[in-house]
Amino acid sequence: MAHKWGLVVDLDRCTGCEACVVACHAENNIPTAGEDQAARGRAKHWIRVERYWEGDFPNPKIRFQPVLCQQCDEAPCEPVCPTYASYHTPEGLNSQVYNRCIGTRFCANACPYNVRFFNYYNPQWDMPLHLQLNPDVSVRTVGIMEKCTFCVQRIKAAEIQAEAEKRDLKDGEFTTACAQSCASKALVFGDLNDPNSEVARLSDSNRGTKLLGELGTKPNVTYLERGTWEDAKHG
Amino acid sequence: MQSTAEQIEQDLLRPLFHSSWKYWVAVALAASLLLAGVAAFGYQLYQGIGVWGLNSPVFWAFDITNFVFWIGISHAGTLISAILRLTNATWRRPVTRCAEAITVFSVLIGAIIPLCHLGRPWLAFWMIPYPSERHIWPNFRSPLAWDFFAISTYLTGSTTFLFLPTIPDFAAVRDAATGFRKKVYRILALGWQGTPRQWMRLETAMHIMAVVIVPVAVSVHTIVSWDFAMTLVPMWHSSIFGPYFVAGAIFSGIAALILAMALLRKFLHLEEYLRPIHFENLGKLLLTMSLLWFYFTFAERLTAWYGNSPPEMAVFWESIRKQFAPLFWTMVVCNFIIPVPLLAIKRLRTITGTAIASATVVVGMWLERFLIVVPALEHKFLPYSWGTYRPTWVEDTLMASSFGMMALLYLLFSKFVPMISIWEMKVGLQTHRGVPVVAPADGHVALEGPQ
Repeated sequence: MAHKWGLVVDLDRCTGCEACVVACHAENNIPTAGEDQAARGRAKHWIRVERYWEGDFPNPKIRFQPVLCQQCDEAPCEPVCPTYASYHTPEGLNSQVYNRCIGTRFCANACPYNVRFFNYYNPQWDMPLHLQLNPDVSVRTVGIMEKCTFCVQRIKAAEIQAEAEKRDLKDGEFTTACAQSCASKALVFGDLNDPNSEVARLSDSNRGTKLLGELGTKPNVTYLERGTWEDAKHG
Repeated sequence: MQSTAEQIEQDLLRPLFHSSWKYWVAVALAASLLLAGVAAFGYQLYQGIGVWGLNSPVFWAFDITNFVFWIGISHAGTLISAILRLTNATWRRPVTRCAEAITVFSVLIGAIIPLCHLGRPWLAFWMIPYPSERHIWPNFRSPLAWDFFAISTYLTGSTTFLFLPTIPDFAAVRDAATGFRKKVYRILALGWQGTPRQWMRLETAMHIMAVVIVPVAVSVHTIVSWDFAMTLVPMWHSSIFGPYFVAGAIFSGIAALILAMALLRKFLHLEEYLRPIHFENLGKLLLTMSLLWFYFTFAERLTAWYGNSPPEMAVFWESIRKQFAPLFWTMVVCNFIIPVPLLAIKRLRTITGTAIASATVVVGMWLERFLIVVPALEHKFLPYSWGTYRPTWVEDTLMASSFGMMALLYLLFSKFVPMISIWEMKVGLQTHRGVPVVAPADGHVALEGPQ
């Protein structure tokens, strides 16, 4: 059976440490925008931890919400691309084919989650970061869009390995960089089509919601709601 | 009032053969604006679009605002010329050519801007469906692909629509010119002799083009609006956008036409031809469109407000009450508060009055497009990723150069082509009050109007 890759974000477990952000940068050759560009609103993180505050001083509550490409089944970014650069793979990933991109930026405008990023300049790395580029991931040039790929290079490597050994992929055999680095295990990645996988089990949780699910984009990322002590007490 | 066919020919051919130093100063100014834009574009190409003020989440701003603005301006020619031709409104005669020229040049500018705004402009030809080693076609589901076809159709159609009624005038210039000039106009005139058969064919072709260009114009601006309406973005995803954009386009198009006519009248000394009646009639049309614009804006805003959906209201209040409020209310003043009294009160509907109203409408309609593009992108669904936008000098220069390009093309056009259709004015003489006054110089009866 074909794979259908999905991710679960347990908001109750997220501590907002941003290790996922750092891991993603390292894995996917994402340059750091730098102070000046970030101030101009051009910070580039394929996964970001959104912070929201609830309530006023002296008792504000802070909420963390990691947001990455939701890998929608009905992705608004895909039909708007005139050159098929944003493309739906047979395994349900929203892939960005860098070579096809001419930089209309229409996909980024159409995306309700703002998780698509534009290369305003050619990428640069501060020393010594230029020595740690991942050879499995292409470096993106100026003028094209990029976004979270669900670490497609890891998916492909694992699939090829399993095929060479003539066996099925096992759940947990590999994971994305963000999930791998998550100390509190708030991020769980896997195959939604495998009913025994952890990600499939967690996605069915009654705490599960979709980000902006009302838009009908059918994301493959599920958020598990954050509970309170009161919720826990009353079940 | 002009009296004879000879006089008409002499008056309207004069700008082609004699230009004052002022004309060349204007050409130099317009050309330097255009060159500044070319330089800015070169800088952008070398550095990357980072030299613009765009950011995440505002991926479109001045570029698309100017694109929609110029495509909007282009609706002058199609409305004024095609509809007035089809309804046989005889007062249109001195107006059509200026309008059709605006159309061609502004579509051209409107077509160039999206190419310049691409991240990799050198790959723009991937929008064209052609068999290639890439084995891939354009994505026909994308409104941008629709745009490509709509605008290229419109550019071809409006160029033909401008060219056809110019053929007899090219022949007139050919007959008046000497030397190299004569050779060029001989080619442009396509062997025009003014035989009854040629007249018949020209009239037929013009009629077909007038019928065809109206639905093309409506579809073009509808498709431009679908670049926005086909997304889920708050305040973009609206079924009113198609007609709203078409109405806005015609509105700004008439305003641009009135402005151009007022300038032509003054600088080419066409007082005898572009008379108060033309400004009066176009002023009434502009008034109608101003009321229609207000109706659409009101309907759009009221529907959003009543629906009260939080993502839409974030954009709604941002544009009406918060950051963009000064621009929004300037737009309302420019598009409605100033033009309506100027155009509704007969005493104010003079050449100066309509020109002032038109100038404010052009500004107001530019603001309208900006207010459609930017506030919505700044305030999409997730408040964490909201942003702000500020243009840089590169975008300002590119925008100024689009106006420079329009001015340059229009100035050069007035040097090479009579800005008022000579033969149509002669037909007007002949059919004036149904009584032939003077036969056209070429001695042929035109197949139009009471005879």
